[in-house]
Amino acid sequence: MEIVQLSIDNKKVVVEKGTTILEAAKNIGVDIPTLCHMKLHDMNIENKPGGCRVCVVEVEGRRNLAPACKTECTEGMDILTHSVRVVNARRTVMELILSDHPFECLVCSKSGDCELQTMAQNLGIREVRYQGEKNSYKSDESPAIVREMEKCIMCRRCETACNDVQTVGVLSAVNRGFESVVAPAFEMDLDHSACTFCGQCVAVCPTGALTERDSSAKVMDAIVDPKKTVIVQTAPAVRAALGEEFGMDAGTLVTGKMVSALRKLGFDHVFDTDFAADLTIMEEGTELLDRLGKHLAGDKDVKLPILTSCCPGWVNFFEHQFPDMIDIPSTAKSPQQMFGAIAKTYFADQLKQKREDVVVVSVMPCLAKKYECARDEFKVDGDPDVNLSISTRELAQMIRNANLNFEALEDDDFDQPLGESTGAAVIFGTTGGVIEAAVRTAYEVHTKKPLPKLDFEELRGFDGIRSATIDFDGLPINIGIAHGLGNARQLLEDIRAGKSQFHAIEIMACPGGCIGGGGQPYHHGDVEVLKKRQKAIYEEDKGKVIRKSHENPFIQKLYSEFLGEPCGHKSHELLHTHYYDKKKKVEI
Amino acid sequence: MAKYKNHILVCGGTGCRASQGEEIVQNLGKVLEENSLENEVQVVRTGCFGFCEKGPVVKMVPDNTFYVQVTPEDAPEIVAEHLVKGRKVERLLFTDPETQERVSESKDMGFYKKQIRIALRNCGFINPENIDEYIARDGYAALGKVLTEMTPEEAIKVIIDSGLRGRGGGGFPTGLKWEITRKVEAEQKYVVCNADEGDPGAFMDRSILEGDPHAVLEAMAINGYCTGATKGLIYIRAEYPLAISRLKIAIDQAREYGLLGTGLFGTDYDFDVELRYGAGAFVCGEETSLIHSMEGLRGEPTVKPPFPSESGYKGMPTNVNNVETYANIPVILLEGAEWFSSIGTEKSKGTKVFALAGKVNNVGLIEVPMGTTLREVIFDIGGGIKDGKKFKAVQTGGPSGGCLTEKHLDIPIDYDNLIACGSMMGSGGMIVMDEDDCMVSVAKFYLDFTVEESCGKCAPCRIGNKRLYEMLEKLTEGKGTEEDLTLLRNLSNVIKDTSLCGLGQTSPNPVLSTMENFADEYAAHVHDGKCPAGQCKSLMQYVISDEKCIGCTLCSRVCPVDAITGDKKEPHLISQETCIKCGACYEKCKFGAISIQ
Repeated sequence: MEIVQLSIDNKKVVVEKGTTILEAAKNIGVDIPTLCHMKLHDMNIENKPGGCRVCVVEVEGRRNLAPACKTECTEGMDILTHSVRVVNARRTVMELILSDHPFECLVCSKSGDCELQTMAQNLGIREVRYQGEKNSYKSDESPAIVREMEKCIMCRRCETACNDVQTVGVLSAVNRGFESVVAPAFEMDLDHSACTFCGQCVAVCPTGALTERDSSAKVMDAIVDPKKTVIVQTAPAVRAALGEEFGMDAGTLVTGKMVSALRKLGFDHVFDTDFAADLTIMEEGTELLDRLGKHLAGDKDVKLPILTSCCPGWVNFFEHQFPDMIDIPSTAKSPQQMFGAIAKTYFADQLKQKREDVVVVSVMPCLAKKYECARDEFKVDGDPDVNLSISTRELAQMIRNANLNFEALEDDDFDQPLGESTGAAVIFGTTGGVIEAAVRTAYEVHTKKPLPKLDFEELRGFDGIRSATIDFDGLPINIGIAHGLGNARQLLEDIRAGKSQFHAIEIMACPGGCIGGGGQPYHHGDVEVLKKRQKAIYEEDKGKVIRKSHENPFIQKLYSEFLGEPCGHKSHELLHTHYYDKKKKVEI
Repeated sequence: MAKYKNHILVCGGTGCRASQGEEIVQNLGKVLEENSLENEVQVVRTGCFGFCEKGPVVKMVPDNTFYVQVTPEDAPEIVAEHLVKGRKVERLLFTDPETQERVSESKDMGFYKKQIRIALRNCGFINPENIDEYIARDGYAALGKVLTEMTPEEAIKVIIDSGLRGRGGGGFPTGLKWEITRKVEAEQKYVVCNADEGDPGAFMDRSILEGDPHAVLEAMAINGYCTGATKGLIYIRAEYPLAISRLKIAIDQAREYGLLGTGLFGTDYDFDVELRYGAGAFVCGEETSLIHSMEGLRGEPTVKPPFPSESGYKGMPTNVNNVETYANIPVILLEGAEWFSSIGTEKSKGTKVFALAGKVNNVGLIEVPMGTTLREVIFDIGGGIKDGKKFKAVQTGGPSGGCLTEKHLDIPIDYDNLIACGSMMGSGGMIVMDEDDCMVSVAKFYLDFTVEESCGKCAPCRIGNKRLYEMLEKLTEGKGTEEDLTLLRNLSNVIKDTSLCGLGQTSPNPVLSTMENFADEYAAHVHDGKCPAGQCKSLMQYVISDEKCIGCTLCSRVCPVDAITGDKKEPHLISQETCIKCGACYEKCKFGAISIQ
């Protein structure tokens, strides 16, 4: 290891060669302000275009100021991070950025959570001396994501997320100079692009330029409508992150308080998407064993590996980018949609209500879910199985609107029958969780023996692509896992090239899985937040009495009373779907 | 090869072609045939002669008669008089503005006297579309010498010792750049010729490529051998169709002669060149932007280091040099480092090509030794200021250079002197201004360009230049305050200090240099609401003198916005609210009754 010695603010520092000034300064407790820079440590995700110029520092002997995020330390450097020259430059640049930004903080959804606002505060900007023309753009409202590009500061984080991390390639800088903005090609709306609505652009946007389409008002409208029975389902990752919105530590599980809050908000039935996750395992697991059985029997037409299909961002991705492979993923609907289908049939029957009088609301860590529930194939006579999907952040806002002291709420339990779930369902919320849940059930169904251990540590972690071979009592099953669509692409290309050795692959569009979803509280580039959420999810699993989906008594009851058998006729009708070639829909 | 007694060299540069140069060639050919002279006299399309002010230029060889402002209709007379009767066509000779005498040879013209042509050595001399003519002028001899007699290190040493610095603007020592690229180990390296000449009004590189494309190809091959690259790329803007077409011909011919391709000069060295087209963005002249553009990415810069020499095209070590830099290479290797370094100043060796433009009598392309003064360039070569007006300023270094004034005229031009007085060498644009030019407006004009050409990546350049422009606009409208001047200076300094690439790091130069050198003019705009040069429309008004006006009504009839009222034979009046200051009345009035105040 080569080391270099330098001085930062007259303090001697020794760092490894290749360390940036920003990192070196952090080592000695000097926080150089940054705006466009974002680094998710251990996940190989970094955005550092060196564009905002807020992190500039003075390097002795250099003509110009140097961006700390991009400049590597060299031997003998003498750096000042807050000289008069630096502070004046930093503040002036900040004023310039603000001079092309709407002063709408009071009504901006990002207010209080906006990195630009925080930076302006930290730098003590009290007036913007440089005023002039501001850019204006037409606002773009897709079913999931709203783009208000007047608020864009060209940090390019969304571009990095969309291109480098997700390899979706929808967002890039267009136009030049003052008119530069990040947009889909030809400044088309997102809805007309190959956008997967994964929401990772929203997750990293420092300002209010990219936000979710807010459906919370519609949810309240439904709740106050006396003719409607409003059912809510909550995804597993929500309970591991919602507390952050109320100042609680990342990784605090708030399942009970969340249920309590939902009830106080006026939902008629508070259910759990985890119930549907168990159902998904029944269907997807059966499908896996079916394909595997045929494969072992020598059927050459059977498609392997089977790919999970519970992530709508991922479904959009392969429909747009790998339409030749749409027969490979499992046909099982996502838990959100399975829940909706069961709620509007089985449960509506129990309530003796017509499906159009039942409103199903989902609380999701995800923005693609908003798009998913609006898909035509998930509607019956125009009535969607899931009427509205709101994000974790929108739920938090509803709780604040209702004046609830979240932290002080008593823990409460989900309603039955669609509120019961197992530990296998909870871990759907993190990368590797779905496949681990599937293994727990598929193993026991296939071998007809109880699992010797339930925790498959080999499937867990944060590496972008992971693999493990699980011994199904003498039958080695090769499992692949990818999170982040860029990693998914690698596995898909292997399959296309006939190089894949896997029997089953789990794919989640968002880095970290649903815990890092586009609808979650903002992590602001702190990867520890995601790690803590993941830990919480596994803790919840561990604390559950039942940890295998097929042992969920309400699932067993659902099959015996209503569905018949997994992958049977009724299941196919209600719980399975098909995919479309969307490549041609990309209009240029 | 046919042997001709006489050659008629017709300038085939873009400028002269736009003035019917091609028709001159056609007509000359026709007339020669009619006189049965087609086997004795050859008409040659050459590259640019440089004296664009007087184009189209036609030169007779061997007697070197230099005809200016020739038209296609002059062809019969040139053939009949000059070739048949042996008499010069007097009316087509250049007239010395001072002595009013006809001058027949270029060496006796003020425009050429102080020039030394190294980079432009073949421009206006050979047919750029014929490789034999280049070879006849020692073309490819340097490549042969380097490949067969020298190691890469020896050749690099010659370039280092010559003191040649990058002619694209940065002035980085060329040999050193080659050495750095050579030392980086990689499977594949590239040499790139930067032909993305973007300064408004500059055409040095275009002229070299149009007039002497093989010089660039030869230099790139030498560069490739020295750095260990086997692939060369020329990044050229698509707006240079003639240069592109001549480069393509040159590449084909060089391949045919085995001067590009595999096993050059019987050695095991392979080298070939490809063209890459740019869409004309100014920022793509910056080498990291250029490389991104070649890779098919958005043309925007990245922070250096890493420098292209370490990680450039496709992440491989890439040596980027400008066209003019390359044009110097073959001669240096043939004539030696000592010869080259004997020309120029202590730290800037050789010559520099400038595109001389603006309010000078002789607009054109010139090449002078480093150390020539601005006064020599503007007054001796440029022939002084047009229409006998007073010199006010000269802007060097393209849109991001500074405006220098009277007091800088005797400073020897080189990289370091220009930077020391707040401007820069740039790629060699030189625009002369006279007393009618408002320096605030000049600064605004250049900012307009940089605002347009900023790539938008970094905040200070993207937004800061826009704000600079808006503040300058405010000043030219007479709405500026003293505080604005303070803000203008601070913003200019911050943009320079914080911008990501050379574009933003230099774009405020026109503002800072004019504020420094013409502080009074800024003060007049702010404090007195006056534009001393009378150029800022908002700060002037047209006024009709009651005494001089006879009421002829002509002014009111030409006014496009009906701002002028008055009865016949009565003094007229201009409504200042309605007037758009187009100046139509001022030009029409026969009695001098309308004045600008």
